[in-house]
Amino acid sequence: MVKALERHHGGREWLATTLVGGAAVLVTATFCWLLGDILWHGLNHISWTFLTAPPRNAGREGGIGPIIVSTALILGVCLGVSLPLGVGTAVFLAEFTTDESLFGRLTRRSLDVLSGVPSIVFGLFGNAFFCKTLGLGFSILSGGLTLACMVLPILIRSTEEGFRAVPAGYRLSAAALGLSRTSTLTHLLLPAAVPGLLVGLVLGVGRAIAETAALIFTSGYVDRMPESLLDSGRALSIHIFDLSMNVPGGDANAYASALVLVVLLLAINGTASWLTEHWLHRRIVTV
Amino acid sequence: MRPSTPTPGTQPWFPLQERPACCEPKPFIEVEQLSLHYGQKPAFHDVTLSINKGCITALVGPSGCGKTSFLTALNRLTDIIPGCRVAGRIRLDGLDVLAPHTNVIRLRRRVGMIFQKPNPFPLSILKNLEFPLREHGLKDRDRIATSIETVLRDVGLWDEVKDRLNSSALALSGGQQQRLCIARAMVLSPEALLMDEPCSALDPLSSGVVEDLIVGLRNRYTVLIVTHNLAQARRIADYAALFWVQNGAGQLIEAGTAKHIFEAPREPLTAAYVSGMRG
Repeated sequence: MVKALERHHGGREWLATTLVGGAAVLVTATFCWLLGDILWHGLNHISWTFLTAPPRNAGREGGIGPIIVSTALILGVCLGVSLPLGVGTAVFLAEFTTDESLFGRLTRRSLDVLSGVPSIVFGLFGNAFFCKTLGLGFSILSGGLTLACMVLPILIRSTEEGFRAVPAGYRLSAAALGLSRTSTLTHLLLPAAVPGLLVGLVLGVGRAIAETAALIFTSGYVDRMPESLLDSGRALSIHIFDLSMNVPGGDANAYASALVLVVLLLAINGTASWLTEHWLHRRIVTV
Repeated sequence: MRPSTPTPGTQPWFPLQERPACCEPKPFIEVEQLSLHYGQKPAFHDVTLSINKGCITALVGPSGCGKTSFLTALNRLTDIIPGCRVAGRIRLDGLDVLAPHTNVIRLRRRVGMIFQKPNPFPLSILKNLEFPLREHGLKDRDRIATSIETVLRDVGLWDEVKDRLNSSALALSGGQQQRLCIARAMVLSPEALLMDEPCSALDPLSSGVVEDLIVGLRNRYTVLIVTHNLAQARRIADYAALFWVQNGAGQLIEAGTAKHIFEAPREPLTAAYVSGMRG
């Protein structure tokens, strides 16, 4: 009887383990296949020249130098705008509003809706508002600002979570020591909320750097080296999209560009987790 | 004459403080008809109590009868709790605590607070003490260093941490963390210390060390301590006050010298509580 039960349990355990394990293997395998495919087709095209030279023959030949520069500029504009705005709003939401306050609830709800809006809608909004109404035209500035709108909800919510994860005891004991709200915020809460901020940043940058739809209508297609933020510039993701969809014979360079994009993403992820670890560690010891 | 420091745990019925050998009974904090509400819910109602200077006053009573809320009203920590309303009068050495124009930062500097759970900041041991000092305007490096060493010696932590002042305060043991928190409150030279069950989150050994430390604070600080540990209250308190929930709100049942409360209480409820029959 006991043995039969054990066998029965053993069977169910085995089934559950296999199902859960199988799901994990499937997910990992998909990622490996994708990465392997890109590596296999892209790796032998990567060279210093490819990374620095301008594209020729609609991108079939040459490199992606100007495209990397445009991507970096768009990302720079995006972060330059979204970081201060995002941290400011997150501080406001987490430290200066209660869960019940109408304004706080309204802001949170709008952010949640915004983060679910498809990127093409952001693209059309950016085109109408930044390109036309503000007269910035198809430019890196328009693209960066549109991406900032897209990244803000993610950045704000995860930074806010970071602030909320700071134990309430810190705030109470800081107040009990007669410390001002500002210095509590800058010396205690902000450093403690950095992991949340970094998570938001990685998610946001990941979404921004891989974005195509929002940029097609705002930063444009031009693959020349940009001379100012008001020039149109082609982002990496658009370059990949264009090469694989519109340019026959562009597959090889599309693969190589995709590899550069993946490596960039992995590097950003890695840097963020390294920063979290080391920065926090250093703070605890020296500040 | 001051009794010698008892060894905690060995003598549950340690002879009571005869009377405030510690102090002349001179009120430092005077509370009149104080009530506190969280939203519509009353925490305690109509409490009138004097806390004498330089003495240890223990607040005892079951959970949820408003003892902790009472402490937070005294340094206006209630200001940062949403929906919290305080009514009545508190005078601290003549200062009207609840008046809107009272400088809360200066008030909190005069009245330190220690919480139930040790909560050092996630900084180094040194920075935990230096940060409040700097925030309150002390810039002189030598004076900062002297103050820090003095309070760390006061709480008996100096020899344990002097070689690792720059390592994280979170790496200390629970008892050490709590002593660091007491040091952090003391470094601002307050006149009174509010302690909210400072030993309840600690193991018996650490609890004993912290308790001895509190006894050593008598005369130098006015100490108001909330405790659930009646034996501890008997060991350390000069005065005691019993809170109890009646009609849905905390009430002060009886207050007096520790000897009076523990040996000859007037109220039957106090007698039942201190003898262990209630609560």
